[in-house]
Amino acid sequence: MPLALKTAASPSDAGGSAPFNYFLHSHGPASAPTLYLGWVLAAICAAVCVLIAGLLAYAIWRRRAASERDVIGDPGRSLRWIGIGTALSTVVLCGLAAYALTVLAEVGAPPRAAALSIAVTGYDWWWRIDYGDGAQRFSTANELHIPVGVPVRVRLDSADVIHAFWVPQLAGKTQMIPGVSNEQWLQADAPGLYRGECTQFCGAQHAHMAFDVIAQSPADFAAWRERQQRGAAPPSPDIAAHSTPSPDIAARPTSSPDIAARPAPSPDMLAQSAPSGADASQRLSIAGQALFMDRCAGCHTVRGSEARGEHGPDLTHLLDRRMLGAGLLTNTAAHRIDWVARVQSYKPGARMPDIALSAADRADLGAYLDTLQ
Amino acid sequence: MPTSPSADRNAPALMRVPERGRADAALKRRLQAIWEAPPGWRGFLSTVDHKTIGLRYLVTAFIFLLLGGVEALLMRVQLAGPNGTLLTPEQYNQLFTMHGVTMIFLYSLPMLSGFSNYLWPLLIGSRDMAFPRLNALSYWVFLFAGLLLYASFSLGAGPDAGWFNYVPFSGREFSPGPNADVYAMGMLLLGVSTTVGSVNFIVTLFRMRAPGMSINRVPILVWGTLTASVANLLAIPAVSLAFFLLWMDRQVGTHFFDVAAGGKPLLWQHLFWIFGHPWVYAVVLPAMGIVSDGLPTFCRRPLVGYSAVALSTMATMLLGFEVWIHHMFATGLPNLALSFFGAASMVISIPSAVTVFAWIATIWLGKPVFKTPFLFFAGFVLLFVMGGVSGVMTAAVPLDWQLNETYFVVAHLHYVLLGINVFPVIGGIHYWFPKFSGRMMHERLGAWSFWVMFIGFNIGFFPMHISGLLGMPRRIYTYAADSGWSTANLVTTLGSFLFAFGILMFIANVVWSWRRGAVAGDNPWQAPTLEWSIPSPPPAYNFAVIPSIESRYPLWEDMLDETPQRSELDEGLLLTQGRETIGSTALDALPDVILKMPGDAYSPFYLALFMTGALVGLLLHAWWLAAAMTLACAASLVCWMWPSASLLQRLPIVVDTEAGGA
Amino acid sequence: MNDTAVLNVVAPESAARDSIALDTPLPVGSAGKLSSGWFGLIALIVTEAALFGYLLFAYFYLYAQNRAAWPPDGLPDLRIPVINTALLLGSSVLAWLAERAVKRGRRTAALVWTGMAFIAGTLFALMQLGEWHKKTYDLTSHVYGSLYFTITGFHLAHVVVGLGILLLLMAWIAFGYIEQRRHAAFTIGVMYWHFVDAVWLAVFTSLYLTPYLFGGLS
Repeated sequence: MPLALKTAASPSDAGGSAPFNYFLHSHGPASAPTLYLGWVLAAICAAVCVLIAGLLAYAIWRRRAASERDVIGDPGRSLRWIGIGTALSTVVLCGLAAYALTVLAEVGAPPRAAALSIAVTGYDWWWRIDYGDGAQRFSTANELHIPVGVPVRVRLDSADVIHAFWVPQLAGKTQMIPGVSNEQWLQADAPGLYRGECTQFCGAQHAHMAFDVIAQSPADFAAWRERQQRGAAPPSPDIAAHSTPSPDIAARPTSSPDIAARPAPSPDMLAQSAPSGADASQRLSIAGQALFMDRCAGCHTVRGSEARGEHGPDLTHLLDRRMLGAGLLTNTAAHRIDWVARVQSYKPGARMPDIALSAADRADLGAYLDTLQ
Repeated sequence: MPTSPSADRNAPALMRVPERGRADAALKRRLQAIWEAPPGWRGFLSTVDHKTIGLRYLVTAFIFLLLGGVEALLMRVQLAGPNGTLLTPEQYNQLFTMHGVTMIFLYSLPMLSGFSNYLWPLLIGSRDMAFPRLNALSYWVFLFAGLLLYASFSLGAGPDAGWFNYVPFSGREFSPGPNADVYAMGMLLLGVSTTVGSVNFIVTLFRMRAPGMSINRVPILVWGTLTASVANLLAIPAVSLAFFLLWMDRQVGTHFFDVAAGGKPLLWQHLFWIFGHPWVYAVVLPAMGIVSDGLPTFCRRPLVGYSAVALSTMATMLLGFEVWIHHMFATGLPNLALSFFGAASMVISIPSAVTVFAWIATIWLGKPVFKTPFLFFAGFVLLFVMGGVSGVMTAAVPLDWQLNETYFVVAHLHYVLLGINVFPVIGGIHYWFPKFSGRMMHERLGAWSFWVMFIGFNIGFFPMHISGLLGMPRRIYTYAADSGWSTANLVTTLGSFLFAFGILMFIANVVWSWRRGAVAGDNPWQAPTLEWSIPSPPPAYNFAVIPSIESRYPLWEDMLDETPQRSELDEGLLLTQGRETIGSTALDALPDVILKMPGDAYSPFYLALFMTGALVGLLLHAWWLAAAMTLACAASLVCWMWPSASLLQRLPIVVDTEAGGA
Repeated sequence: MNDTAVLNVVAPESAARDSIALDTPLPVGSAGKLSSGWFGLIALIVTEAALFGYLLFAYFYLYAQNRAAWPPDGLPDLRIPVINTALLLGSSVLAWLAERAVKRGRRTAALVWTGMAFIAGTLFALMQLGEWHKKTYDLTSHVYGSLYFTITGFHLAHVVVGLGILLLLMAWIAFGYIEQRRHAAFTIGVMYWHFVDAVWLAVFTSLYLTPYLFGGLS
C-alpha cells in the first residue's frame, strides 16, 4: 500500500536529488507511518499558522467605529473566545497526541520477528558492521546489505563517543551510547541504495560520517553474504587482472570456492604456478601486500591474510563498497591510493594518518588493494 | 564593656508610624541626596541602584548578542554552499558551541534580567529591590563569567563540544584540552549569578509591593519573571552539578560518566536537560510578559484575560519540568516512558494557546496604535505560533525520531528563541527607551528596522525547516553537493545577513536617539502602569511618595472607571529617614514593616572577583590560588553579613559611662 | 515614640487590617521573620535542597544502572553514621535552645547553647573525616566511591559553613549585636543549621539505610 504513494525518485538510484529526504520518501514500514504522521502534523500546523495569521491580521486592521472611547474596558463576552480557542486547540492536540502514540506503537517494534540481526558499532568517524556469529561472522564497514521485504534488527553500540544511526528513508534514528546496546529495526520494501548519516555530534568529522544501506533481493543478498564470508584471495593472476568494480551492484563475479581462507602463498610459489606472461601487476600486488602488512595491518583486517588490525575498517572486500571514507569519496583506484596518502586533507582530524608513499609504493599498494574484491 | 542597647533617645526607633504626605521640591532633593550613588569610579564599582544595574545588564547582554550573531554569520558563510572551506572543523565546532553558549546563557536570560531589574521596583511601587547588594553581585559575576568564556575563546580554549557538551565526547579522553573545564567554571559562575538574581526577584515580589498592589494586580512581566525565578531555583542546581561532576571526572579522576567504571553517559543528558528544558521557559516567559504588558498600551485597553494569562504562565513553567525527556527521545529509553513525555510535550502548548488567544483578543477589542513597539509585539504573536507548532511536531515521538538532530529543530529553536525572546526584547527597548533615557527613539527608523528584521528573520530561518526535512543534520561544518541542501542553505545565509542588517539599523537608532531623540515626558505612550507615573529618566529614589494601589492599571483608572476607588499616587508614605521603602504582605500587600535598604558597597564587586579567582585557580590547577580566593570570599561574605546598625539589623551599642563600665 | 517596653515583632495580620490603615506603628529594619534576609534564606534553602536532590538522583540512577555489588565493600557500617545523626540532631536541638534563650534576653545561656551546638557540629565533622579515613577506597576507585565521597563531601562543606556561621553568631552575641529585640541574624543562621541537619537525614537514609532496604546487592 505505501509503495503506491512514493514520489518519482527511484529508490535504486544513488539517492537522487535529495537522498535524505524522509518527509517525502519512505521505503519501508519502519518509516511509512511516520511519513503520514508528518504530513498530517505539517498540514495541521500550517493551517494553524494561517488561521492565526488571519485572525491577527483581522484583529489589527479591522475597521473600528470612531465612536469607541480612547481607552476601552470591559472585554464583555470575549473571554469566551479564549475559552473556545483553547478548547479547540486542546481537542486537536489530544487527537494528535493519540495519533502519534499509535504510530509509536506501530514503528516502535517490528510487526514480526526480525529475519536478520546486524551489529553496527560507531567509531570516530566510520561504521563497523558485523554480521552473524561464530564461524560465519564477518565484518565490513560503512555499508550495510539487507534483504528486501523483511524486518532487520540492528544492534547499536559505540566504540568511543555517542553517535547516532539514521537511514532517513527507512527508519528513525537511535543514539549509539558507549556502554549501552541500543536496538532498532528497519525494513526496505524495494531493492536499492538508501543513504544514512551520523546524527549526533561526535567531533571534528561528524560531518563526514555517512553510510550506505543496500537492499537486495533475497538471492542477491545470500550471494553477497556468502562472498563476504570468504577471506580475501591472495594476489593471483585471474583476480589481479580485474579492473575496478562497476557501480552496478546486481552482478558480481563469483570467486571459486576453494580459494576460501587460504594463507597468502609465498612469492616463490606464485612464480612457479603463474604462467610466464604473468602481469607486472601481479608482482606489484605481491609487493603491495607486503607493504600493506607492514604499514596497514596494524589497524586494518583483511581476512585470509595476516592483517588483523582492529582500529580501522575491515578491508577484506574493499572493492565491494560504493564509497570510501564513510561516504566521502567514490571508490575508484585513484581515490583509494589518494585516500591513503592524503587522508588528512580529505578528512582533517581522522584517526588515520597520512601514509607517506613513494611512486613505486603507490603502484604496489594500489595493485594489492585492487585484489580485495 | 558594651551594655545592652538602651532607651537612649538617640537610638533609632524600632517601631514607628510611617510618615505620610505629599512630596515637595525640598523632599525630593533630600531623597535624591539619600539615594544617589557617588560619582566616578567609586560609584561605578559600588552602586547598588537597580536602574544602573538593569541598564548594565541590558547593554552587556546586547553586546553578547552581537558577538553571538557574528559567530552565527561566520557559520552561515561557511554553510552557504557545499564543501565550504572558510573554517576548519575545529574552528566551526568552537563557533557553534560559543554561539549556543553566548545566546542561551550570556544573552537570553541576562537581557530579561536587565528589564526586570530596571522595571520591577518601578512597576510595584518600590524604591529598590529586596537585596540591592546581591543585585550588584549577580551582575558582576555574570560579567566575569562572560569575560572568562570569551578570553578563553580568544585563546582557542573556549568550549567546543557543543553547548550541550555531551559526555563522553566532553570527557578527558576525547577532549583533552582545557575547553570543557573553561565551560564548567563559566557555568558555575553563571549558576551563582542567576540563582542570586532569582532569589532577589522572588523576595522582592513577595515583600516589596506598594500598599494595595495585591497579587492579582501585578503586571504580567512580574508574573513571568517570578515564575522563571522560582523555576531557576529548582533547575539551575542540576546543570551546576552536572558541570561540577564533569570537572571532577576530568580533573580529579572520579567516574560519574566513565563507562569503564560503571558511570553512565545518560546521567549527563538527564541532569543537563532537567535543567535545560525549564531554562528555555525561563528565557521566554518574562519576554511574553513584556508583550502582555506592552500590548495593552498600544491597543488602548487592558489585557484580555489577565488571570488566565497569569495562570498559564505558571502552568507552562510547571509543565516545563515534566518534559525534559523530549530532548532524549532517540536515546533508546523504553517506549512507555517516551509516550508519557511525548504526551506532556504536546499538552504543554495548551497554556500557550490561552496566551495567544488573549493577545489576539486584546488587539481585536482594542484600537491599535501603529508605533514601533506594537509592530514588534504583534509580529511576535505570529512567530510565537510558528515556533510553537514546529515544537508540537517534534513532540510526536516517532516523528521526532526523524526530526531530532536535523535543521528542523534548529528552525524550531530559533523561531521560539528569536521570536519569543529577541522580538519582544527589541519591542520592549523601543517601549521603555523613553523611560530609561528621557528621549524617544526615531519612529520611522524603528518601523523600518522592524520590517527588515521580520522579513530577514523569516527568509533566514524558515528554509531551515526545509533543510531539516531534507535530512540535513545539525552541527556539521560542511555538506556534500549531492545532498540536496544547497539551495535552502544559501537562502538561509542571505536571510540571516538581512536580519543582521535590521539589527544594525536598530543599534543605530538606539545610539542616535540616546542623545538626539525627541524629549519624552513622564508618559509619552499614555500607558497605564506605575512606571509611567514618575519622571523619565526616574530619579534615584524612584517614587517620592510610595503610592497606594487600587487596580491593575493605576494610570487608566479615570478612563476605565470600573470602580469608584482610585489609586493614590501623589500622597503616600514618605519614608525619608535614610534609604527606606515599605515591606508588605505576600498576597494582599498590606504594609507590615519599614525596610532599611543597604547603601552602595564594594563587597559585591570584590566577592565576584574572588569567586572568579577561585574558579580560575581550579582551572589552572593553582590550588593555592583557589584556596586563598575561597578564604577571600569567606572574608567578603562576613563583611557583607556583619550586622549593621544603620540597617537596624542590630541596635547601636551604647557604652554606659555613668555606670563606670564593667 | 516609646520603645522602652519590650516589643516583639508584630504579626503582620494585626498591623493594618481591612484597608490600608497606615496609622499603626510598623517595625523598622530587620525585624525577625519580616526581614528580607529571612525570605532570602528560605529561597537559598530551596535551591540548595534541589542541589542535594539532584545529587541523590545521580546516586540512585547510577545505583539502578549498575550490576556490580552496591556498596562494593558490603553493607555500610552504621555505627559512626548513627552517632553522627544523633550529634547533628542534638546540635539542632541545642541551636533551638539557643534561639529560645536569645528571645528571652538570656545572653549567657544563648552563648553557651550556641557553643555546645558548635561543639556537637565539630564532633560530627571530625567523625565524618575519621570515617572517610577508614574507607578502603577513595573518590577515584569506582563509581560508588565517587558518589559516596562527593555526596558526603558536599554535605560536610555545608556543615563547615554552618560551623562558621555558629562561630559568627557566638561572636555577635558577645559583642551585643544579638539581643532580644533584634536578632534576625541569629534566627536566620540557626535556620541554616537546621537545614544542614535535614539534609543529613536525607543523605543518611539514602547512602546508609537504603542498601539494607534494597538488599545490598543487585
